Amino acid sequence: MRVGVLALQGDFREHIAAAEACGHQGIEIRTEAELSSIDALILPGGESTTIIHLAQTFNLFQPIRDRIRNGLAVYGSCAGMILLADRIIDGAKDQKTFGGLDITVRRNAFGRQVDSFESDIEFNGATLKAVFIRAPWVEENGEGVEVLSTAAGHPVAVRQGNILATSFHPELTADLAVHRYFFDEICKSG
Amino acid sequence: MSEATGTARVKRGMAEMLKGGVIMDVVNVEQAKIAEEAGACAVMALERVPADIRAQGGVARMSDPDMIEKIQAAVSIPVMAKVRIGHFVEAQIIESLAVDYIDESEVLTPADYTNHIDKWDFKVPFVCGATNLGEALRRINEGAAMIRSKGEAGTGDVSNAMMHMRTIGAEIRRLTSMREDELYVAAKELQAPYALVKEVAETGKLPVVLFTAGGIATPADAALMMQMGADGVFIGSGIFKSGNPAHRAAACVKATTFYKDAKVLAEVSRGLGEAMVGINVADIPVPHRLADRGW
Repeated sequence: MRVGVLALQGDFREHIAAAEACGHQGIEIRTEAELSSIDALILPGGESTTIIHLAQTFNLFQPIRDRIRNGLAVYGSCAGMILLADRIIDGAKDQKTFGGLDITVRRNAFGRQVDSFESDIEFNGATLKAVFIRAPWVEENGEGVEVLSTAAGHPVAVRQGNILATSFHPELTADLAVHRYFFDEICKSG
Repeated sequence: MSEATGTARVKRGMAEMLKGGVIMDVVNVEQAKIAEEAGACAVMALERVPADIRAQGGVARMSDPDMIEKIQAAVSIPVMAKVRIGHFVEAQIIESLAVDYIDESEVLTPADYTNHIDKWDFKVPFVCGATNLGEALRRINEGAAMIRSKGEAGTGDVSNAMMHMRTIGAEIRRLTSMREDELYVAAKELQAPYALVKEVAETGKLPVVLFTAGGIATPADAALMMQMGADGVFIGSGIFKSGNPAHRAAACVKATTFYKDAKVLAEVSRGLGEAMVGINVADIPVPHRLADRGW
């Protein structure tokens, strides 16, 4: 499978490495032409304001929105979750998102960097070490959204159809469980 | 659920999220907002940019907590602040403000000419400057979770940043080509812990994110540093000492992402207005060079 990782800013190399460790081809996406050639898309961790700013400037905003709505399998971690959410609390002024995921996300919900943490959480029947960095959480989710993990009483991993999002960063650990779930459960069913 | 804050992974991971981005020096709320709107991945809150510190002289210290808190309130992106080398109380104060990263910076006047701060003592992560691999590894050994090459701050002259990036890169490449039994002496020569030297020899990179700083003034400078292997760039005086800061800030952000695409670089280099005037590093007397601070 050709797995694109949006490479405008953030830890896209770690997601490429995770995709390749799962036996897929990882491709950095910076242009519309590159976007058109992929079978699945990952939105990495990073600064959501920076990524959306660059996506708008370089004409990727609408193409990515359209591909998500047309059923492209997409996974977003941390900033990626914010970019997929239909609604944001505590965003920057007029902050836009690609949307598609029927959730309200709270940005920097766990606090500033001194509150960033790692913790064992349950995901798809297994325990994994999750790294939360200035992480968002899901404040509210629509009926079609399946909650896969929670932390501090809030959803931190959710799925809706072709879309997966986590507040935490599996790409920063050696555990490939979340990436495998995305490739095996979401991409294959699409 | 057991939660661990302030771990090395959480501190280093924060820097991973900044990669491919531009961190901009700002001295007030207005500049911080311009930086955020231009796509900065973080801002460095300080009272005087390096060019002014250089021009005005005197002892440069941490910023007023009031000023830092105003900037924290004004933007949603991470906020960093500088403390003097070795001034662990300034660091305690800045940490209490819940700043996202502390820069133990040679741009401020050092408080200790022998020791740096023991950065393991803090929950907040630290970035430190380095001019070579040994210096970078000594800072990492003290707990730095991110390294930036130093360059010569406040000049608009990129030559020192270039030299430091080349030096760090060359020293890493040298380690990767050595026999394992030669790494003990390499550690001695680098004046760095053997375990870190061995790790670099095995992985071919620093164990933390490496940004570049000091003298970057144009989109082309930012792209040059990215092509030299930087994970991202700090721009200090280069933006808000120029003719059109908002335009230049956005151009530098674009250049840092599309650093290999000469067409984009040409496009963003057009009509930027005046760059900061700049000083040639060679014209600065050696005792006034900031990059020589830190050891």
